[in-house]
Amino acid sequence: MLQHIIDSSHLFRPETALTATFCVVLLVDLFLRKRTSMPAYVAVLGLVVTGWFIAAQYGGAPATLFSNMLAVDPFSIFFKSLTLASTLVIVLFSLQSNELRDSKRMMGEYYALLVSLTLGMFLMAGATNLIMMYLSIELTSMSSYILSAFTKEADDSSEASLKYVIFGAVSSGLMLYGMSILYGLTGSLDIYGINRALIAGNVNNVTLLISVVLMTAGFGYKISAVPFHFWTPDVYEGAPLPVTAFLSVASKAAGFAMMMRFFKVTFIDAAVGGSYLGSWISVPGFEWNHLLAILAVLSMTIGNLIAVWQTNLKRLLAYSSIAHAGYLLLGVVVLSNEGYAAVLIYLAVYFFMNLGAFFAVMMVANKIGSEHIDDYKGLGYRSPLLGVCFTILLLSLTGIPPTAGFVGKLYLFSALLNAKWIWLAVVAALNSVISLYYYLRILRNMFLTQPDPAGAPIRFGAVQIVILLMFVIPTILLGVYFGPLVQYAQASITMFTNR
Amino acid sequence: MIPLEYYLSLSAVLFATGVIGVLTRRNAIIVFMSIELMLNAVNLSLVAFSQYLGSTTGQVLVFFVMAVAAAESAIGLAIIIALFRNKQTLNIDELNLLKW
Repeated sequence: MLQHIIDSSHLFRPETALTATFCVVLLVDLFLRKRTSMPAYVAVLGLVVTGWFIAAQYGGAPATLFSNMLAVDPFSIFFKSLTLASTLVIVLFSLQSNELRDSKRMMGEYYALLVSLTLGMFLMAGATNLIMMYLSIELTSMSSYILSAFTKEADDSSEASLKYVIFGAVSSGLMLYGMSILYGLTGSLDIYGINRALIAGNVNNVTLLISVVLMTAGFGYKISAVPFHFWTPDVYEGAPLPVTAFLSVASKAAGFAMMMRFFKVTFIDAAVGGSYLGSWISVPGFEWNHLLAILAVLSMTIGNLIAVWQTNLKRLLAYSSIAHAGYLLLGVVVLSNEGYAAVLIYLAVYFFMNLGAFFAVMMVANKIGSEHIDDYKGLGYRSPLLGVCFTILLLSLTGIPPTAGFVGKLYLFSALLNAKWIWLAVVAALNSVISLYYYLRILRNMFLTQPDPAGAPIRFGAVQIVILLMFVIPTILLGVYFGPLVQYAQASITMFTNR
Repeated sequence: MIPLEYYLSLSAVLFATGVIGVLTRRNAIIVFMSIELMLNAVNLSLVAFSQYLGSTTGQVLVFFVMAVAAAESAIGLAIIIALFRNKQTLNIDELNLLKW
């Protein structure tokens, strides 16, 4: 037992490093109050150390920690790397944000909370026990409640945060009720144990369905899928922009990690199927993927249709992120390794294009103090470089070749077609067309309307342009040279399987 | 010995009351109280199952739920205070700055 704990704590180093970073950032803020950007540098240092520990885990055999509480396997390492990269990027964003600088608040708390949010997502990526899943989802949620209310003098920030807390608490309550039913049915909180009990049979399918529907409420809230999406637009609009960008990418990725692991381990008979293209066998008599197919269709359609009327860019991107949650769910619905690999590819691509789009919105908001679509009129003439970069990112979000977004959609759709979900592929393709309309509306405002006479050229700092290019260049590059990403994603869907 | 069904029915009723409270009440504090009711219903069913199955893991989860619920209401109340300073109201119908 003691040996197991010692072995586990070796594999737990990235999380330990994050916890230490959290404490050090708070202490630095306490003792070096004068230097306001010091906590950010300390946080970056801690994140780099964490990254080093994660890099040391690459190539290791899948293992389980602390008596089946957490798994360290290629799947969780992929999501940890993605989350860590987003956190580093968000620290950069926060240093550039006028909104946060003007709030004149102690930034130590801000960076400490960013680190604890990252810790929560790390745990979500590896959780293999219902207790761990609940705790990690709550750690993530609570840090994000506070972060989204960080500029609390602004009316919209505190209002958004209150809505977030209420929705978050209700969905985690629903999820917990689902967990308690699942526990009652199978007598285990460990997802491998639940899987064994389900395969052994004697489980009432109706009760199981109720419990899965309730648990899906918790997952759906994290990945902001319809009908659990109501908080998304409000929080995205009210929260400071760097926080919004973080929630839209990392929070969604962590939610998907937890959901994919839960569904695959719990409801798939691991003894059957195993080849790359081969589809899995669900636990007899229980087709949970149809439930997710409904969520996917609702998220895509409602997200895209409501985005059409939006005039605030942050809100528009919020609805677009709801629609993207729908696309991502398609990969989970097909029940095959191919589908899971497609989700991972799409999330990696989404990281570049969505963070880039949010950074472009932030650059503009820093200069003209507005996120309204009308204020983007003639922006392509006032700042051609930003206009072109934003165009590339938006085309990628739509999924037009030769951008990375096209590659992501291509793999998702081919997974769907291989699994004979033709009607779902048609719905998804139609939705891409709707999304083209609202992304093009921004482009039309930027390039086809002349700037107001008062609209002088806007100049951006060199640092900001470099950060923006850090997203735009991979977005194009991954659109033409995506082999390594695809191979990496396919290697990363290996999960720890219990005996 | 009270049968398991009694506990589960009570838990379901409590949970439903909590959900109805969240959906219909307009005062933010009462909404939070209803959320606590939902969590307590979950705790009840977990403890009942734990007793019935003769395993303690369910009761461990209950401890975590109680601790997390306390932390969550602390954050919720802090945000309510921040909001009250801005708007002088706790009625969630008047929180309509952000919609659609």
